[in-house]
Amino acid sequence: MTLRRVMIALLVAAVVAVPLAGTVSAQAKEMFVPSLVYRTGPYAPSGTPFANGMWDYLTMLNERDGGINGVKLVVEECETQYDTKQGVECYERLKGKSGGAVAFNPLSTGITYQLIPKAGVDKIVVHSMGYGMTAASDGRWFPWVFTFPTTYWSQASSVVRYIGQQEGGLEKLKGKKIVHIYHNSPYGKEANPTLEELAQKYGFELTLLAVDHPGQEQKATWLQVRRLNPQWVYMSGWGVMNQVAVKEAAAINFPMDHFIGNWWSASEADVIPAGDGAKGYKGATFHAPGTAFKVHADIVKFVYDKGKNIGPKDKIGEALYNRGVVNAMYMTEVFRTAMAKFGNKPLTTEQVRWGYEHLNLTEARLDQVGLKGFTHAVKVTCEDHEGSGPVLIQQWDGKKWNVVSEWIPPMKEVVRPKLEAAAIEEGKKLGYTARDCSKEN
Amino acid sequence: MIYREAGQFKSTYASDQAVFPILQDRVIAGLVLVAAVIAVPLVANEYWLQAVLIPFLIYALAALGLNLLTGYAGQVSLGTGGFMAVGAYAAFKITSAFPGLNIVVAFLLAGLAAALVGVLFGIPSLRIKGFYLAVATLAAQFFLIWLFNKVAWFTNYASSGTITAPPRRMLGIMVTGPEATAPVRYLVALGLVALFAVIAKNLVRGRVGRSWMAIRDRDIAAEIIGVRPLRTKLLAFAISSFFCGVAGAEYVFLYLGSAETLAFDINVSFLVLFMVIIGGLGSVLGSFLGAAFIVMVPILLTNAPHLLGLAMPVALQKQIELMVFGGLIVAFLIVEPHGLARLWQVAKDKLRLWPFPY
Repeated sequence: MTLRRVMIALLVAAVVAVPLAGTVSAQAKEMFVPSLVYRTGPYAPSGTPFANGMWDYLTMLNERDGGINGVKLVVEECETQYDTKQGVECYERLKGKSGGAVAFNPLSTGITYQLIPKAGVDKIVVHSMGYGMTAASDGRWFPWVFTFPTTYWSQASSVVRYIGQQEGGLEKLKGKKIVHIYHNSPYGKEANPTLEELAQKYGFELTLLAVDHPGQEQKATWLQVRRLNPQWVYMSGWGVMNQVAVKEAAAINFPMDHFIGNWWSASEADVIPAGDGAKGYKGATFHAPGTAFKVHADIVKFVYDKGKNIGPKDKIGEALYNRGVVNAMYMTEVFRTAMAKFGNKPLTTEQVRWGYEHLNLTEARLDQVGLKGFTHAVKVTCEDHEGSGPVLIQQWDGKKWNVVSEWIPPMKEVVRPKLEAAAIEEGKKLGYTARDCSKEN
Repeated sequence: MIYREAGQFKSTYASDQAVFPILQDRVIAGLVLVAAVIAVPLVANEYWLQAVLIPFLIYALAALGLNLLTGYAGQVSLGTGGFMAVGAYAAFKITSAFPGLNIVVAFLLAGLAAALVGVLFGIPSLRIKGFYLAVATLAAQFFLIWLFNKVAWFTNYASSGTITAPPRRMLGIMVTGPEATAPVRYLVALGLVALFAVIAKNLVRGRVGRSWMAIRDRDIAAEIIGVRPLRTKLLAFAISSFFCGVAGAEYVFLYLGSAETLAFDINVSFLVLFMVIIGGLGSVLGSFLGAAFIVMVPILLTNAPHLLGLAMPVALQKQIELMVFGGLIVAFLIVEPHGLARLWQVAKDKLRLWPFPY
């Protein structure tokens, strides 16, 4: 009988608590910011630092400035396990919550593909920062999707440009062998068309090697690499696949400074398991590694010293942590842009979309937010939701990542026409029509 | 008392052999159907429809298909995800080749394609049984996923390798694609699953179902009394794969909107098998109960701390969810190894005697 009493008490508590829980927010000056994260599952080593960076930056703004121009940010995380079904569940759960979500950062190309068709219908911005569907960067066809500061296609062209620089000029690429090892998913395949076109243009020999999810088994792949004996290897990996690849490359004595990961394949978690073998491994990035920025000092002061953190303090400044910071910073700067036009109050989704489309993040502004030299300026327009940003190459020295290149611009003349053609194709699949950007304000 | 049959006389063979011979069952089934068709679309919000009910209906259809094969015909299969993928990719190819085709017809054609593939992979079942067959169907799962990943023709040469549900109308109403509203997609899924449930129920009550069960219970004995194993087993594979194929097509067209092969990986096969085992092997109702359990309980557990007003980190919440869910599966299987459908049967027997049990 006691068990029954406990059950009844629990039920009563639930009935009383449910209406209370719903009435807390939806008042005052607040904006609801959903955060899709994956802190568990096979991709958690990649997802956790990113989620921490995002959380810390937004919490820091709340603690230091009381939000953005007096509007407090209500952040809620939702666990997706990098699984598209759970991602969709999170999106549906959070989109109407607490006055409505205004923007989603899915941090998964798979989930982004799910959300792109929904975004236009629900009128919610999807910002897939450096991932997702490259074709959606054409703002005329996909007004609700943003991919800035840059995309996989631009990145691939920048990396080819970098390889050309190392070889002593793009014309020297002729006859060279380049291998692209990719995660066998929409994400990994994304860079292939660009690489194929560049291979034709510059005459290098491209070999595409797929690695199936989750990528723990790559012996066959690296056997092929050894047989081909390429000059350069480029990798689009994620999660556990990266560390396995780095270990395998070290095991076959591949020259690590000729092995370049894309920006999702170059974090601390990817190289540390390979130990000294990973020394010299390179990776692309669009922001600097490390903690030598004012923002990081503020995060320690306002988040960690106040005990508002989720992650551990010694992980601040990791590559993916900093990517979370830069993602949060883009979003909050968008809110500021929109507030400058629509007033310092909670924004609607339409207003936020306007903000994304008119974001003009200058070097001076980066200095003001405490990220001078952290990343490059970004300007988004109605046509161009990508920004065609340049990338940096960083190199692992066995202890930390060091930037070893200048900003390398993408080959916009190659990428943009392909992108526009792909946007038409993808847009038509969804029954979209292009809007006229000259009529936008 | 509640389930008392006294006074319900059957004067025709038809009424004696009805799907629901007892009046109370008919009333309950009717009420559930009316509620599902009318009340749910009116009451449920988009979250409930999109994230809970639509996947439930689709998984129920897949579980129904696997239940015919595993529960009734006794052939263990781990290829469900692969057969669903066949349905999904076939539906995608069919709709892109014939844009004017009615989408439900496309689903059925996709089911046929899956049935063909199912027969192909069912052939080994004539020689291998039990766990060994499970391994053989596992090969189907891996092969099919590899095939769809490898051959770009299946995705119409999309560079990303994803298939996207094109916008399609039925009777002037958008059924698939981004503009299709959740209630419409829910009703389409409901209609299909209801139709297939009726078909399945009648199949298993008839000659086909009886021959399946004969094969399941002792194949040599079945052969001696005149059941042909080749035809019976392959028919089970065909019909089961047909159901799974339609479910796979719905999975992309009505639920996800776009999908990659990862959406049909081995986890889906296991999930559907768990639904069948937890719901009850050899029970149509069990397929629904199992699907409801596997789809809804994790979502309930995810939302539970929030509903109770407890704030906890999402990672911890997820881990608790996994532990509680795993514990619940074990608990249910200990309490009732024959599945949730058997629990319902027991409850019915008790209700019959209520309030004077003996």
